[in-house]
This record gives sequence, C-alpha cells and structure tokens, in this order.
Amino acid sequence: MTTIGVLALQGDFIEHEAALRRLGVDAREVRTPEELRGLDGLIIPGGESTTFCRLMADFALYEPLRALLAAGVPAWGTCAGMIVLACQAPGLDFPTLEALDIEVLRNAYGRQVQSFEADLDVPALGEQPFHAVFIRAPVVAGAGPGVEVLAGVRDERSGRETPVAVRQGCVLATSFHPELTDDTRFHQYFLEIVRGAGRASSPK
Amino acid sequence: MAIETGTDTVKRGLAQMLKGGVIMDVVTPEHAKIAEEAGACAVMALERVPADIRSAGGVARMSDPDIIVRIMETVSIPVMAKVRIGHFVEAQILESLGVDYIDESEVLTPADETHHINKRDFKVPFVCGCRDLGEALRRIGEGAAMIRTKGEAGTGDIVEAVRHMRAVWDAIRKLQNMPDDELMAEAKNLGAPYELLRETKELGRLPVVNFAAGGVATPADAALMMQLGADGVFVGSGIFKSSDPARRGHAVVQAVTHYNDPAILAEVSRGLGEPMAGLDVRSLPEGERLAPRGW
Repeated sequence: MTTIGVLALQGDFIEHEAALRRLGVDAREVRTPEELRGLDGLIIPGGESTTFCRLMADFALYEPLRALLAAGVPAWGTCAGMIVLACQAPGLDFPTLEALDIEVLRNAYGRQVQSFEADLDVPALGEQPFHAVFIRAPVVAGAGPGVEVLAGVRDERSGRETPVAVRQGCVLATSFHPELTDDTRFHQYFLEIVRGAGRASSPK
Repeated sequence: MAIETGTDTVKRGLAQMLKGGVIMDVVTPEHAKIAEEAGACAVMALERVPADIRSAGGVARMSDPDIIVRIMETVSIPVMAKVRIGHFVEAQILESLGVDYIDESEVLTPADETHHINKRDFKVPFVCGCRDLGEALRRIGEGAAMIRTKGEAGTGDIVEAVRHMRAVWDAIRKLQNMPDDELMAEAKNLGAPYELLRETKELGRLPVVNFAAGGVATPADAALMMQLGADGVFVGSGIFKSSDPARRGHAVVQAVTHYNDPAILAEVSRGLGEPMAGLDVRSLPEGERLAPRGW
C-alpha cells in the first residue's frame, strides 16, 4: 500500500490526510525523523512557514527531509509548503529545503482581507476548472528552466499571469489549498507522480 | 478571472492554517518578534496583556492603532487584535488597518450587553469566545469564523478553559447520540441556531476551528487543552508575564506540536524559569470574572 507522509508540525495536515484517505491511500503524520522512514511521498501542508521551519530545526528534521527529497521521493507543498520547498524565499529567517528551483514571494496578495477564491484553468487536470482557495498566499516570482507551470492567476490590470502551481520532476507546489475543497484531482495528480516514481525506482 | 474575497471559506480557511499552533498576546513590536522567533503561528496585538488589564481596572478598549500597525510591520505571521463585544466601529477601524483576524473579546469591557457584532458585515474574519456549545453556535450564527474557549483570562489558572472545552465536546457527543426528531428541542434548550446544530451533529465537531484560551501558563497546560480536543492554543499573559518569555513561548509551541508525546513534553518543560504569578479563579469575586461577559 502507498504511504504518504504529511508533515504535521502545524497547519492543516488533517485536511490533507482526509483527502488522501478518500482516495484509499495510507496517510502518516510526520513530526520526528523516525516517521519519515519508508514513505512513498511527502506533503507539506498549509500553515505558517516560520513555525514549520522553527520546529524543523528544533526536531532535527532539516537533514532527513533534504535526504528524502534528494533520494527522489515525490513531494508536494501547499502554500506554506511551497515556501518551505522553494530554493529562495526572501524574508524568511530560516533556510528552506531547496527542492524546487523557484523564488517565492510570501504573502504576495497582501493581508487576509485580500485572500480569495477563484476558478483556475489547470490543463494537467483536464478541462474542468479547479476551484482554488488562496489564503495569504505566496506566488512564484521566478522559476528555473526545469520548472513547468501548471496554472497561473492573471492580473486583470497588467494582463500578466503569475504562476501559482508548478512542478519540477517529482516535486509539486501550489500557492492555494486543494485540501480545503472536495475536489481531489490535485491529490490524484500527486499520487500519479508518486506511482510513476515508484515504478522508475523499482528494481523489477 | 472572477475573484471572490471575504467568503466563509477564506475566513474559516485562515483559522484552519493556524491549527496545531500557538497564538501569543504581544504588546510591543519587540514582543511580536520574540513570539515569531519562538514559533508562534500568529500574534494578538494589544496594549496590555489580560493580567495587566485585570490589575489596572477601569474600562479596557481596542488598542491604539499605532501599536497594532507597528506590530503588523514587524512580523510576517498573521496579526490579530481585540475589539469590545458589540463595538462594531472598533471592528471597522481594525478592518481598515488590515489586521488579519478580529477577536470580539470579553477581556475588554463590553460595549453592548445584548448584541454582539454582526460579523457577516465584514471581510475580515472574527474569532469569539464561548463557554459551551450554545454560545459557540450563536457566535458562528453571527458570522464568527473561529471559536475559542473563554477560560478565565489573566489568571494563569487553566480550570475554566478545561470546563469550557469539556462542555463543548460533551454537548457534541450528546448530539451525536440524539435522534434527529429531538434536535429542535435541543436547539431551543441550548439557544443555538437549528441548522448549525444539525451541521455540528453531522460533522461530529464544530463547523469552525476551535482553539483553547484563558489561563494557559505552561507547556503542560497547552498539551492538556490539545488532548481535550482543542485545535490550537492562545496564550495571553502566560508568556510575557513569565520570567523568560522567549524560552517559555518556544516550549509551548513545541508542546502543542507534540501534545501526545510525554517524553518530549517532559524535555521541553525543563528549566523554563518562573511561570506567571497565578490567580486562583475561586478567589475571584463574581464581578471580576471576565467569562460571563457576552452570552
């Protein structure tokens, strides 16, 4: 059975676990390095990135998390999770995991009153738009050549599109929170990455 | 692209992001920085912590916007601030400042003894205190996007927060065993909106995030509230009225994450210095209790 770890230091990890269980996958809360063993994939949920990093440092999680990502275990970060996975997160007083070649702009839309919901076109998920919930969300301010943009939010005034869902190899990141809605297509998409990675590394 | 702001989903969603975390009362930008470094998931900006409000007496009001703005400029985590119960103009002012959450709080002197704020008029989300399920659902009915126990603020005595958290969960467990044809009578009995009561029964929990507040002074207090079913913890006077706020704040954060691991709780509870001086709730005259404010 596939086991997905959900970093459970703080934030909305229970919502991710519920979505995974709806899809018939085993979800494991991760708070210590021991709980990272044998995972097929890892989700870093929404929450506060400074709190995550503080607790990752306190409980010696940085190195084992970096090792897990370096070994090619698929990972997905939502909102704060995107910040933690990014190579660059200006203004964050802690190091990140540097697994995704992007620069993130934290709280890019402003404060809570600017938090919003919108329907996004995500071609990788099919024709039907994905209803996305953005809460004090970060955006991708810059991305390296290996990073594929899965979805963006268009600024009506400038006409420019800002990436809010990206993928690089088996690392996925979204500025918004698919775990806050009943639509499990993003979780399914992540599980496909996990299964693909499993086949690639299997000795058979 | 059509964008919707101020919806129930985004209001309740921010509270979901705060779960498993600690929200700390701070009175200066320096405090706010200490709280952020200790791992707080948000701060509550105010002029005086509840213990000082209690000892100062007089009328307690919304803080000077200058303090709130300076704290907002100092930290990247969400900033909350308090308004008096029923004082919707204080709430309008805080919304215009851009605070991330408003606490309509019994810690301040109520402005209205009958009506709470109609929180649906605002784009900024509200958190409100409760002592039992009926009170929680009345506040959610008015538009609160997050609930906390009232406890008894500024005492460092956990007994009231425990009482309130147990009362909420006892009522939810009772509800789950209740046949649907008894729900309307229960709504009348609790003074709770029927539809919200039905939703609570179906979910087996409150429809919004529920934190513990009012009397948390130690990592063990925080973990106790988590094991009793809180989604997270507010710490008011307990941190900045102790002898080593940075250390104690950090320990409370660690305790909330590892609330089910006694070995880690023992480790983080060591050598924290003096906790805040406590006040036994039973020694308080009726008129000095904050929890009965509001209804």
